[in-house]
Amino acid sequence: MTNISRLPWLKALLYIVLTLYAIITLIPFLWALSASFKPLPEIISGELNFFPQHFTLDNYRQIFVQEQLFWRWFFNSVFIALSVTLLNLLFNSMAGYALARLSFVGKRFWFFLILALLAVPTQITLIPTFLILKAIGWLNSYQGMIVPGMVNATFIFMMRQFFVNFPQELEEAGQLDGLNTLGIFRHIVLPLAKPALAAQAVFVFMSSWNNFLLPIVILFDPEMFTLPLGLNSFKGQYISYWNYIMAASMMFTLPALGIYAFFNRYFIQGATFTGGKG
Amino acid sequence: MVLPIRRRRINPRWNITETLAGYIFMMPTILVLGCFVILPIVYAVFLSLHKVQLLGGIDYDFIGFRNFTRLVEDERVGIALRNTAEYVAIVVPSQTILALLLAVTLNSGIRGKNSWRILFFLPTVTSSAVLTLIFMWIYNTDGLLNHVLAFVGLPTYNWLGDPAVALKGIMIMNIWSTAPFYMVIYLAALQDIPQKVYEAAELDGANWWQKFIYITIPLLQPVTFFVVAIGIIGTFQLFDQSYIFSGGTGGPNNATLTMVLLIYQAVFRNLQMGYAAAIAFLLAVIIIVVTLIQQRIFGNQKT
Repeated sequence: MTNISRLPWLKALLYIVLTLYAIITLIPFLWALSASFKPLPEIISGELNFFPQHFTLDNYRQIFVQEQLFWRWFFNSVFIALSVTLLNLLFNSMAGYALARLSFVGKRFWFFLILALLAVPTQITLIPTFLILKAIGWLNSYQGMIVPGMVNATFIFMMRQFFVNFPQELEEAGQLDGLNTLGIFRHIVLPLAKPALAAQAVFVFMSSWNNFLLPIVILFDPEMFTLPLGLNSFKGQYISYWNYIMAASMMFTLPALGIYAFFNRYFIQGATFTGGKG
Repeated sequence: MVLPIRRRRINPRWNITETLAGYIFMMPTILVLGCFVILPIVYAVFLSLHKVQLLGGIDYDFIGFRNFTRLVEDERVGIALRNTAEYVAIVVPSQTILALLLAVTLNSGIRGKNSWRILFFLPTVTSSAVLTLIFMWIYNTDGLLNHVLAFVGLPTYNWLGDPAVALKGIMIMNIWSTAPFYMVIYLAALQDIPQKVYEAAELDGANWWQKFIYITIPLLQPVTFFVVAIGIIGTFQLFDQSYIFSGGTGGPNNATLTMVLLIYQAVFRNLQMGYAAAIAFLLAVIIIVVTLIQQRIFGNQKT
């Protein structure tokens, strides 16, 4: 907005503000990371050491060795988040492609129905979904966590917009080469939709990985917990063992941070066209 | 020469293959949305008009609007509403203003814009469960925050146990973790403002403050509308943080009780599915009404 190079004092001020904000952003993470390497007495002594005085890996050992369910929670979270993500990518782009490119009976109806569903608040569907899953025996199961979330109206709409603006010539060329609709979709459309799919993948993965409300409603057996639930039960179990809790928190955060760092560009792109977190 | 206007050819027969392909492509979507969105909506209406017995098999007693009249008498509904409203009223403006300030700062020709942005975005990608645990620990009576407050001579609080400040603790945490998300949205919008507009204003002698107030803010109005709308919807749904904070109770003394937590308690503590559905409808109506009011205030103004 303003070329600040002409105003050195303003420039200095802005850098100070940004640095302060960066510190405010990082301190909780660094503080937790540091605590995860401290023995409990050092934590509750009330001394503020940003670097552990008695560096220890015992907290991590405790999580991985004593708390055997941690691996199970980790696996559950990864398995559910990956399944939900892959199915979303496939199904949302299939529906988006059909709504953008294929002409079929009832297309307008389905399009407006999906648009209307965007406006329905999640709280309304939560309890009935719980009862439906209970009725078909899917409570406390992987399919109960995966199937209801394997399509998403927001991303169907997004994919439709993407495909509407997609150059049609390539698909026509595919048609001339004798590909059917499925072949065109599989060999031409999907590969060219990579940027849209990547943004979507990161978003769906993150929201599944971090989801708390759905698992707490439909999962009740600790064996089936995802990491957020496991972490919460962990807190109840080790109520004042902040050393263990922080080590577990760090182990939960690292994979998400890795994905975030790797897909950062797409993630930020995605952030500009989808909603916030609850 | 007048070109004849060709009307789009209307297909004389339904193309069976393409309709079939269309439905094959739509089938997963139709099944999932049908079973887990549309059916639940209808079911929710049904539930809200019934008293649901869950012992053994499920049993429904039609009770008309009694679930809804009960909402008025339930004092915990009033408390949850007040907490949620207070939360929305403080968090939405704070995170919007903070996001705007961060975005404008990052967009003012600073070096390493992307690195700052990536760094600031960190809390937004971190799970609310992890953030809540870290903050609960920082909020401890002898935790980091109180040490800092004491060090600079400010009063300290029992953030977790004092009903007067427990919700404030969640507010601070959420402003901090959500503002960067909206910052990114604002950043994208700021980059779309043509530099020429500012240059013209500079020729007219506008200083940076005038440019901010008279150019940036009005041009960002559609984005602000979006940010506030999403912010309202998100904050009204506060659940994870108050659940973890209070161990599911909404305590201390109902200070962190929110509408979604109340729905959760109605379902799983009291097994009142019908009543829970009624609370969910109340919350949905409130969100829709507030969003519409917001649209009136922000959306219709011409810039």
